[in-house]
Amino acid sequence: MALVQIENVSKTYQMGEVPVKALQDVSLSIEEASFVSFVGPSGSGKTTILNLIGCLDKPTAGDVFVAGEHVNLLNRRQSAAFRGSVLGFIFQSFNLLPVLTAYENIEYPLVMIRNISQSMRSKAVQKVLKAVGIMEQKDKFPDQLSGGQKQRVAVARALVTQPKLVLADEPTANLDKKSAVNVIQLMRSMRDEFGTTFIFSTHDPKIMKEAEVIFTLEDGMLVN
Amino acid sequence: MNKIFKMAIRNLMRYKRRTLLTALLITVGILTVILFSGLAGSFKEMMIGQITDSNLAQMQIHKKGYVSSIDSMPLNLNLSPKEYKTIEKILQDHPDVVAYAPRIKLSAMLSNYAETTNIRLNAVDPEKETMVCPDVGNRMVFKDNVREKIFVKPGEIIIPKNLATGMKIKAGSPVVIVAQNKDGSINGLNFTVAAIIESVLGPQGKEGYIHIKDARTLLRMEKPEVTEIAIRIKNFNKLNAVYADLKSSLLKFKNKKGGLIFEIHTWEKLSPFVNIANMIDIMTISMKLIMIAIVLISILNVMIMSVYERIREIGTMIAIGTSPNKIMGLFLSEGFFLGLISGIAGNVIGIAGIYLLNIFKIRFSFGRMDNLILSPAININELFWLTAIVLLVSVFATLQPAYKASKMEPVDALRHV
Repeated sequence: MALVQIENVSKTYQMGEVPVKALQDVSLSIEEASFVSFVGPSGSGKTTILNLIGCLDKPTAGDVFVAGEHVNLLNRRQSAAFRGSVLGFIFQSFNLLPVLTAYENIEYPLVMIRNISQSMRSKAVQKVLKAVGIMEQKDKFPDQLSGGQKQRVAVARALVTQPKLVLADEPTANLDKKSAVNVIQLMRSMRDEFGTTFIFSTHDPKIMKEAEVIFTLEDGMLVN
Repeated sequence: MNKIFKMAIRNLMRYKRRTLLTALLITVGILTVILFSGLAGSFKEMMIGQITDSNLAQMQIHKKGYVSSIDSMPLNLNLSPKEYKTIEKILQDHPDVVAYAPRIKLSAMLSNYAETTNIRLNAVDPEKETMVCPDVGNRMVFKDNVREKIFVKPGEIIIPKNLATGMKIKAGSPVVIVAQNKDGSINGLNFTVAAIIESVLGPQGKEGYIHIKDARTLLRMEKPEVTEIAIRIKNFNKLNAVYADLKSSLLKFKNKKGGLIFEIHTWEKLSPFVNIANMIDIMTISMKLIMIAIVLISILNVMIMSVYERIREIGTMIAIGTSPNKIMGLFLSEGFFLGLISGIAGNVIGIAGIYLLNIFKIRFSFGRMDNLILSPAININELFWLTAIVLLVSVFATLQPAYKASKMEPVDALRHV
């Protein structure tokens, strides 16, 4: 079975009294260790499909399987546990916790979710810090880092638990061109180094070129 | 858990001004409670001490029905020598009773040979009375300010200050006391004023003193009767327990009709100050309730704001797999630490405040009592309970915002701007 299997998935939001169809009958599969991009204009359903794969939301119809788990059927607590063990997240606005240093942000999932020992944590954090190249900035708080550095910390945080799949919603939208390309190349090299599957969304043509598999969405439908 | 505590403290420090203001508000609340409790408690204890140690005693035993007609000082409700012996045996056998003293209460006429007025007299055995009311002599001003070891001897009288002033009587002055006994015959005796006594609160606080032997002569008692027996116990905190013990012992004695022979009362039933003491307790509780309201509202307000401002952050934590319990734990820790910081600050400043009040002694007058000095104090138990209440209320106030945070849908929280 593919790492991600989406079967006839639809998602409708209720905007006041108006139903908005964010996804319509989408089916696709994504293999392990692939570097995948969802592209399309704003409102095409990129974030919605990432939220469904990331167990942050549930489809109105259809089934979503991630790493062999039928994620539609998970309750809140099970979803949280599943996300903590199988998934990593990178957000458009970096979403680092402001009261934690770069090191502590990366360490956070290991302490709060995995609850592993100090020595194991230290090894894992050092490894990803080195891999993303922000060893020098490890003791800085998020407000002392540049946008590119913040996103590198976010990538490290997503990878530190060695997840099977990392989901990144517009990870380069808040970065300048150079930093954006650097972050995508970093994600790709991480995929190469750790074998992690990366799925990201973008509407930037230069960034989408970096993906190996591209799914194009328009008005909630998969067009390519 | 350490990580949650660390994050909680950093989150509090993140909004320094807000945390400081909230902590300050709670600290002032705690400080007010400590100072009020210290002052009011000190006032109450001092007044109770004055009443029990210099006048009423801690408990009194009478013939049944005496207290309900105490204002008329009836002489036909005295305890007979046999009854006195019975009670004496009970008191001697009780391990918590340290002293008891017989008294005869009477109403009489006082004359300085020029004017006459009525006087309420307390006839006592001065040695026993001093054991029961050790401060009784402190209220007395003797001739040439020389305090006598035995404050009243046969042939001497102690006159209340207000009467002495009104009738221009001084220590050393001769006076005549005329009294009517229970059979209706009138008798008079000459006395020398040994001292002038300052009043204390309550109807019995304006009584003069004579020796019990003189009272028996004046009232022509054939047998040594007693109006009341005043009692002092080892530990004032055990008053209610000793009272219950003695009461049950006295309940065994009944007259031919099956009615009770004796009655026993604590100072609370004998002094009107108990109403003031109760009022002080109510005010102290009210202060604590106000403090609880301050803690509850200020922490609830701060934590609601904190959750609202950090919706995206909460969404991120939930999205990356933090369990709802840990999110709740984080916010509860923030409320707990805010309460703890405020509680410690309030206690430290409160203790310093009590210390300062003891250095700059507060003097006051109450009723006819002047130059009373308050010595505010607060015990460690009260501080402990005060801190415990603050912490409990802090956590309670944080429950709703913390629960709300833990129940957030990550997809909605992440979308929040």
